[in-house]
Amino acid sequence: MNARARNLLGLALVGLVGAGFLILTPRFAELDTVLDLTVYMIMAILALSLALVWGYGGILCFGQSAFFGLGAYTYAIAMFNFGESTIPLLLAIALPAAFAALLGYFMFYGRISDVYLGVITLTVTLILFNSVNSTAGPEFHIGVARLGGFNGIPGIPPLNIPGNKAAVIDLEGMFYLSTAALLVTYFGLRLLLASRFGRIIVGIRENERRAELLGYDPRAYKLATFTIGGALAGFAGCLFANWGNFVSPTIFGLAQSAQIIIWVIVGGRGTLIGPIVGCIGVQWLSAALGANQPSGSDWWTRVLANAPLILGIILIAFVLLVPRGLVPTLGDLGHWLLRARARRVATGLRPKQAEEG
Amino acid sequence: MAAPLLETRDLSMHFGGVQAVRNVNFALAEGELRCLIGPNGAGKSTFFKMLTGQLVPSRGQVLFRGTDISHAHAHQIARLGIGIKTQVPNVFDGLSVRENIWLAASRIHSGERANSVVDEMLERVGLTGAAGRLVGQLAHGQRQWVELGIVLSTDPRLILLDEPAAGMTHEEVHKTAELVREINRSKALIVVEHDMQFIRMIANKVTVFNQGAVLVEDAVENILRNPLVRDIYLGKQAAA
Amino acid sequence: MMLTVQALRTGYGRIPILNGISFAVNQGEFIGILGHNGMGKTTLLKALMGFLPATGGLVRFDGDDVTAAEPYRRARLGMGYVPQGREIFPGLSVYDNLRMGCSKQAGAERDTIAAVLEEFPRLEPLLDRPGGALSGGEQQLLAMARCLCGKPRLILLDEPTEGIQPSIIDEIVVILQRLRDNSGLTMILVEQNLDFIAALSQRILIIQKGTITREVQPHQLADASLVGEFIGITT
Repeated sequence: MNARARNLLGLALVGLVGAGFLILTPRFAELDTVLDLTVYMIMAILALSLALVWGYGGILCFGQSAFFGLGAYTYAIAMFNFGESTIPLLLAIALPAAFAALLGYFMFYGRISDVYLGVITLTVTLILFNSVNSTAGPEFHIGVARLGGFNGIPGIPPLNIPGNKAAVIDLEGMFYLSTAALLVTYFGLRLLLASRFGRIIVGIRENERRAELLGYDPRAYKLATFTIGGALAGFAGCLFANWGNFVSPTIFGLAQSAQIIIWVIVGGRGTLIGPIVGCIGVQWLSAALGANQPSGSDWWTRVLANAPLILGIILIAFVLLVPRGLVPTLGDLGHWLLRARARRVATGLRPKQAEEG
Repeated sequence: MAAPLLETRDLSMHFGGVQAVRNVNFALAEGELRCLIGPNGAGKSTFFKMLTGQLVPSRGQVLFRGTDISHAHAHQIARLGIGIKTQVPNVFDGLSVRENIWLAASRIHSGERANSVVDEMLERVGLTGAAGRLVGQLAHGQRQWVELGIVLSTDPRLILLDEPAAGMTHEEVHKTAELVREINRSKALIVVEHDMQFIRMIANKVTVFNQGAVLVEDAVENILRNPLVRDIYLGKQAAA
Repeated sequence: MMLTVQALRTGYGRIPILNGISFAVNQGEFIGILGHNGMGKTTLLKALMGFLPATGGLVRFDGDDVTAAEPYRRARLGMGYVPQGREIFPGLSVYDNLRMGCSKQAGAERDTIAAVLEEFPRLEPLLDRPGGALSGGEQQLLAMARCLCGKPRLILLDEPTEGIQPSIIDEIVVILQRLRDNSGLTMILVEQNLDFIAALSQRILIIQKGTITREVQPHQLADASLVGEFIGITT
């Protein structure tokens, strides 16, 4: 089977599994499970945004949460002011995208690269955290929406069918929307990465100097990639605000930004499936660890009860033992198993021929 | 007298107190093949970097087809029609040979045309068999061929080759010389090399650099006999 | 027998490059290795030095089995390596580069370096310069000098003339010939420059598709067109 056929098979498999998951889950799972799964879908979109920007674009962005948070807050504030969700949804994508474009312009056209990009983007999200965090008083408002500071913005009205303010989305609807959005994002990114644009940004990641010497402007390509990533993260933010009907400044914080990077590292940087798997896996594990709190006061129990500690150990183990991430390593294992099987088949033939000779 | 394709006027470069290139006045005619030789550290690669926009000159001008490109961006200069094979191979190591050449070809071709140009180029540089291999895993000489393929795929007017024969076997050197002569039928070239056998195979006019400046410019036979050039550069290799 | 190699195999990941290399080098011998690109010349030197793990076969250095030894262990036993592309420390001065090479006697550095500099007078006025500011030819001399500071008994040289101006190539030939005649140094040299390899080697091994296919004498390299036949058809 050649590479192209394998590729199409992989895509078909993802489509099938995704569609199955979309249709069957609400039928068979409890409502609170569906609720948990919905946020995993939303976070997976966020993970994909960093997968594009960092994994394929080579842009070390440590502040992807900035666009996520901006999307959530923009939706919330716009929703309180407009009352109907079509414009807030569009703004929740457009505003983070515009912010990414502006930030990206200064960084890429200012020839900032590598570690410095990481530092600047992380600083931006922390600045947003600190600024929004201190807007608790009633004087901080945009239109009728109070920013809320460290209290956050509660009671965010959910999305409605465009034009019909009364037809509001419910819990099950959120699940369908988020899962469908994840699938559309995945396939959309696959298309983008297979296109000329996608192949060029990978080239720029591999050797920016050579790409430049061929006539490609790396600054423009990186700006475009960064902006698309910001838009995606903003969209995820909007969905997130809908999921919990609540948003607070912690969405801009260090913990959130670190999480996104961890998902991509654990799942596999150079792939799209990897970060999805990493995101859902890590989140599920955190929830499982948090839920099964063993009681008792001996030190072993206390270690097991400390979810961040367990997660930290897992992350270290991954970085040391599975440096390329879960999905690429499993892929290699699969290859090795296939080749081992082929070798055994081949050697099986030879003794017979010798006997005949 | 036709205007030169490439011209530099008083071109100079200094960094950190070192004057790498000083007051170089150089002119290349349309379709000319010029060889550039000189000791290591004489400023040849730095000169190339200024021609391709990788370095901004400290002083002086670079003119390509009459346009001042001294301060243009590298990608703009590439689009104007200058291609370069750098001294240290600049290729996409993590990508396959085919993808490397595709990235170059697709800058001027699209869709199926790009794919067929890639196939032709793979044949031309003898890498059809290695098309699927990662460039970073190829031997040094093979990576040079990949880079030549990349540069040719963008169909530039002027090609700069910085040590194209480095790491090549005797036969490959012959093949490269043939390729250079073939390219010269439609394009101008400036070739930097230390392999004097290679230079003899392709050269007409040779410019000798020393300590950042042009020492002498003459026909290749005269250069090889020039006692000053022998002294600073050729050593015993002058035997014709 | 300074170095014995038997059926050595290695490669990169799933791609085998060396398919059973066998040869031996006596003490004081200079041997050359010739072959097309991609046939395994650099891979062989890397495997001999331990930078690539052997997937089969045996490497014996002066009686010790070093097949699985780490590069630093092989260096301590007396193997030296000057890689393709020099790889000197660009941020360190020439003198510090040489000091880094003195892996044997801590304390006797000054004497070791002084002795080495006698062979490389061109480096004397450059001792304070940062390695990265040297020209390519000077860097090649530095890489060789640094290797000699470790007092190796066997040196592996990978394409030392690549990108070097002809007059410095002449210098390198003279230096290496002097070392061969005076200090009983053993050398394995990978090169494309036929004149260089013929001037220094006592015998030349031809490598094709990862194995040694024949051995030739230096005078047989004089006719470049015949060499093409030895090495095989260009792929």
